[in-house]
Amino acid sequence: MILNASGCLDAIASPAIAEGLDAFVTKTVTLEPRDGNPPARIHETAAGMLNSIGLQNPGIQEFLAEVLPELSTLGPPVWVSIAGSSSDDFAELCAMLDEHSDVSVIELNVSCPNVESVTDAVEKIVAASRRATTRPIYVKLSPAMPDLPSAGMAAECAGANGLTLVNTIYGLALDERTLQPAIATGIGGYSGPALRPIALAAVYAVYESTSIPVVGVGGIETGRHALESIAAGASAVALGTVFFRDQGAAQRIRAELAVEAAALGFADPLEACGIAHGERHPLVVRSDKLREIARKTGT
Amino acid sequence: MGSRFPCRSGVKREALNVVEVEDVGPYRLVRVERGGLDPGLPGQFFMLTPPGHVLARPMSLCMASRVELAFLIDPIGPGTRTLSTVESGDSLVVSGPLGQGFRLDVPRPLLVGGGIGMAPLPYLVESLGRPHTILGFRTAWHAEAAALVPHADVIIEPSLVTEGIPAGDHDILACGPEPMLVAVARLGASCQLAWEAPMACGYGACYACAVWIDGRYRRLCIEGPVLLSPPEQPHKRIHHAVGAAQ
Repeated sequence: MILNASGCLDAIASPAIAEGLDAFVTKTVTLEPRDGNPPARIHETAAGMLNSIGLQNPGIQEFLAEVLPELSTLGPPVWVSIAGSSSDDFAELCAMLDEHSDVSVIELNVSCPNVESVTDAVEKIVAASRRATTRPIYVKLSPAMPDLPSAGMAAECAGANGLTLVNTIYGLALDERTLQPAIATGIGGYSGPALRPIALAAVYAVYESTSIPVVGVGGIETGRHALESIAAGASAVALGTVFFRDQGAAQRIRAELAVEAAALGFADPLEACGIAHGERHPLVVRSDKLREIARKTGT
Repeated sequence: MGSRFPCRSGVKREALNVVEVEDVGPYRLVRVERGGLDPGLPGQFFMLTPPGHVLARPMSLCMASRVELAFLIDPIGPGTRTLSTVESGDSLVVSGPLGQGFRLDVPRPLLVGGGIGMAPLPYLVESLGRPHTILGFRTAWHAEAAALVPHADVIIEPSLVTEGIPAGDHDILACGPEPMLVAVARLGASCQLAWEAPMACGYGACYACAVWIDGRYRRLCIEGPVLLSPPEQPHKRIHHAVGAAQ
């Protein structure tokens, strides 16, 4: 299953791209409208990019009145990303979205580097959100959390239905002529290829500690990267930075993923979910496919 | 819904063969085979991926023929430097045309270009039947690029291009540094300004190219890049990211 990463695609500006996804994740919505940060909001680095967009969004009222109805006319299920300053904010947003049947999943953005810090712990936010809605809740975590597996477990215990791993990580670039920060806010969120091993580690570590599905995201650019995320434990992958350079990334990666998976003996890429954990993970069953791979690779 | 977004039906992304790269003053003119791309309207832009880079760069279309597209590059940063080093025979990924171009149905067109801002003007000039054009440059070396618009008036600093704009009613179509575009807008004539902003995607996905117009940040790649007046300065405090130096 292939999704976009929140904030990396506007389905209304690009409906053809959105319709090629298995689900569309909205840009994060907040209670109040947010202008976003002044320019410069992005900067390319050697192996990724920095962004401090600042969660520009029209606020939940306009989102429900204008944006969601239009998104619902497109094909894919709509996942709504939300963020707040406290668990009360998250709960209020969930309660408002709960009434809308067009909302397939609510993704809690508890980890964006470009907003004021969230005061409440992940567990408290998830619990408050769980009380406010019966819709599926996914929690998007930061790769910088000191104990990601514990955070994943806490989210699951508090009622989360899934995890999105990972958000961007803090980064900084300095202008080559002035040696001042290249983006207006100074430090921003780092994404792209450099994030990929970090994201893969996050999926791998959390998969062993939780039983809820994981969306793997961070630097995925090819079918091979997607297959690796799945092998680490993801049952879906999301594409972010790659979309900026390649509008056709979803189509291309879907095709590449099928080829990569088939080359290793999987009729469906998701058959490879979690196999990176080999015999060490008790939940992984040694299927015929795994035995065949072992035979082919001589291991 | 569709009316507020530039027409997407002609947007294509292809790996195009680089035909020739030549020096034009300090700039580089990169000519690629056109492939299946539509040149679009003057003022629209393309996203060019510097080989090996994570992001593409927005470039106005400088010239178009039946078989080629040409882009004028000023090598001032990592991406443009890489673009200026591509060679004949290389492959360059080009995506477009993107954005809203110039409106061509103006009765008294006067084209004003400043420095690398002259990049879209050769294509614009051909589309408008060679109207009066004034180009300004920092030095005589930079002004070598004026050869791409042979009939243009050329002004070199310390004289400013805006000093060369004749009195009278004109429809100005301008591209150049922000202070130049602001000065052009202050002349009070009808104007179209090809504005610039840093872009990651060029097609409305990333929200990087924010310009403040009528009370909020808008995406320049969707609402522009050709604007009817300069964006405003919002009187807003920067929301610092957590951990940012104060």
